[in-house]
Amino acid sequence: MYRSHVLVCGGTGCTSSNSGEIIAELEKQLKEKGLENEVKVVRTGCFGLCALGPIMVVYPEGCFYSEVKVEDVPEIVEEHLLKGRIVKRLLCEDAKHDESGDHIKTLNETSFYSKQERVALRNCGVIDPEQIDEYIAFDGYQALAKCLTEYTPQQVIDIVTKSGLRGRGGGGFPTGKKWSLGAANQADQKYVVCNADEGDPGAFMDRSILEGDPHCIIEAMEICGYAIGATEGYVYVRAEYPIAVQRLQIAIKQAKEYGLLGKNIFGTDFCFDLHIRLGAGAFVCGEETALMTSIEGNRGEPRPRPPYPAVKGLFGKPTTENNVETFANIPQIILRGADWFASYGTEGSKGTKVFALGGKIKNTGLVEIPMGTTLREIVEDIGGGCPNGKKFKAAQAGGPSGGCIPASLLDEQIDYDNLTSIGCMMGSGGLIVMDEDSCMVDIAKFFLNFTVDESCGKCSPCRIGTKRMLEILDKITEGKATMEDLDKLEELAHYIQENSLCGLGKTAPNPVLATLRFFRDEYIAHIKEKRCPAGVCKALLNYYIDPDKCIGCSLCARACPVGAISGQIKSPHVIDHNKCIKCGACMDKCKKIKAISKR
Amino acid sequence: MLKKISKIPFQGTREQELELKGIIEESKHDKSLLMHVMQEAQRIYGYLPFEVQVMIADGMGVPLEKVYGVSTFYAQFALSPKGKYDISVCLGTACYVKGAQEVLDRVCERLGIEPEECTDDAAFSVTACRCVGACGLAPVMMVNGEVYGKVTVDEVDGILDKYLAEA
Repeated sequence: MYRSHVLVCGGTGCTSSNSGEIIAELEKQLKEKGLENEVKVVRTGCFGLCALGPIMVVYPEGCFYSEVKVEDVPEIVEEHLLKGRIVKRLLCEDAKHDESGDHIKTLNETSFYSKQERVALRNCGVIDPEQIDEYIAFDGYQALAKCLTEYTPQQVIDIVTKSGLRGRGGGGFPTGKKWSLGAANQADQKYVVCNADEGDPGAFMDRSILEGDPHCIIEAMEICGYAIGATEGYVYVRAEYPIAVQRLQIAIKQAKEYGLLGKNIFGTDFCFDLHIRLGAGAFVCGEETALMTSIEGNRGEPRPRPPYPAVKGLFGKPTTENNVETFANIPQIILRGADWFASYGTEGSKGTKVFALGGKIKNTGLVEIPMGTTLREIVEDIGGGCPNGKKFKAAQAGGPSGGCIPASLLDEQIDYDNLTSIGCMMGSGGLIVMDEDSCMVDIAKFFLNFTVDESCGKCSPCRIGTKRMLEILDKITEGKATMEDLDKLEELAHYIQENSLCGLGKTAPNPVLATLRFFRDEYIAHIKEKRCPAGVCKALLNYYIDPDKCIGCSLCARACPVGAISGQIKSPHVIDHNKCIKCGACMDKCKKIKAISKR
Repeated sequence: MLKKISKIPFQGTREQELELKGIIEESKHDKSLLMHVMQEAQRIYGYLPFEVQVMIADGMGVPLEKVYGVSTFYAQFALSPKGKYDISVCLGTACYVKGAQEVLDRVCERLGIEPEECTDDAAFSVTACRCVGACGLAPVMMVNGEVYGKVTVDEVDGILDKYLAEA
């Protein structure tokens, strides 16, 4: 028995800020003090509050330390673990009841965690993902045992259907229905595919689940295999997620050793084998038919549907594909029942959803909330609002396929249908917050740049259309566009939406359409006034001399090649914007005083 | 995806070739392992020169056109060699919103190369990469896998200086 457990986050974010060294140092120090049999160090998956990493939580107190450095370890060991005195200076601000820090809040009492409901992330930041015993201790593989020994495949599908679970990868297709379609087709071989090709730049919940709770995905895929009658599964993971791949490999090996994966699982006739395939960086591979083409070793181009994968999928066989977060819900639904799951959420969207909060927000990280929570609660209460007192402008949901939600719609409830009705989409759950310093035209251009780059080129509306849209956006941000261009942009957007082959093309215009809908005035300012209201678009920026800082040395005026700067010696100078060619020579000369800025 | 193809002559060693051939031998029974073989080849050679793609096509028994098709399709496959220090700047949404483009611009300006290029002395290469999933640390840049989080434009020079001194 250990008297204390020290949990250190081993997710990608905290690992990047050295949590590995912290763990090594902790173990070394504990050994020196002879505490190695009293205090156990656990490398967990992601806690979610990535902004304050590396994160360390000490139990039984539930003491929440943030931004821990290797140099802090001796003090934590000496003071807290040896003498039982909490190191107040390392406590997370949110975890203090009052200024003094004498009374602490446990992790679940902090404002970041208290509004969350963790189903898919339940084991992340709780167990050691590399130890199958820890997963089993938290009811792991019990759901699989229950399915194999108590339920028929049809009963399993019925439970999933009744729970109301919908695909968490973006589309929101009812999972139970997908499974029953997969079960209906007879074939000598069927496949289960897990989509872990998290392509939305800014979403990282699938990575965190794989890193923090890999066994749960294995268990869920086996349950799916049992339900639809498949004996083989593939996990398609992004190669950019080395930690996730490694932990999944370890988990598969351990599950095989325990007889929980492979032949005759739990002594039944059910056999299931699992393979890992690495993606190589192609956004379109998140589309299920493209993903399967990629697993087969080809260019990841989508296939026209029908035939749907449930009929003809991977290697031409019936295939059921779900994303990581969808699978992560399955074991809990089996164990706790469909009604329990359906008790969370709204009419059409049951359960919880994980969001990756990023961008201009204080608490960047992963949050899991019941469907129906308002955007305001996520951004303000859990996320802590925009840093540096800046004003919230919009949040981008659904990544390059989604749209922005402006401040006026902050009180909208998050659910699939509601987001679609405001011209946005749930997507995989990336939620990038933008403040008043973000230019919405620039953001739309950023996403379009992404889709142009990622378009596979198979169909012309997407391949050519998105490129033409990008060219118009370039013109707008350079101040060279006319109002006719804006009309053309909208017309093209609708055409591409209607005529593209797959989801990538159909949704590629969304960021443009959404920003046009809510921030048309910003587009018009770029076109008519040749001005970027947020001060981002470089071609539209002007140089200004701050009259309070300018000492009238005239260095800038002498450097200006077009004589645009005038003013008396020893009094503030001014720039004539009609003459200025924006070469920046003046700003270079004013390096000491820094009176010249670009706005 | 537009790829820059290197004109630098291929310099492979006998050991590299033997290792790759071993991997091809293990994998050629299953054509769907083509991408796996190409990933391994990139690990061995650092990139996928034309000569290596020919070796893979011959060994796996697939047309060269298919290998080339796959190598140009996926972002991960590089057709130009990487420098001794490969610098990647994340241009995921979270990083972009927090100013990653300026960080990338500064890196390129300082080294005098564009993204996907390598300096003449083969010391540095720059990659504009997609989300690495460390959005909490945005903007993020990496040098040979070592992660620098919350990077500002002003810090870029300091980070590069460290490697320039060693190069």
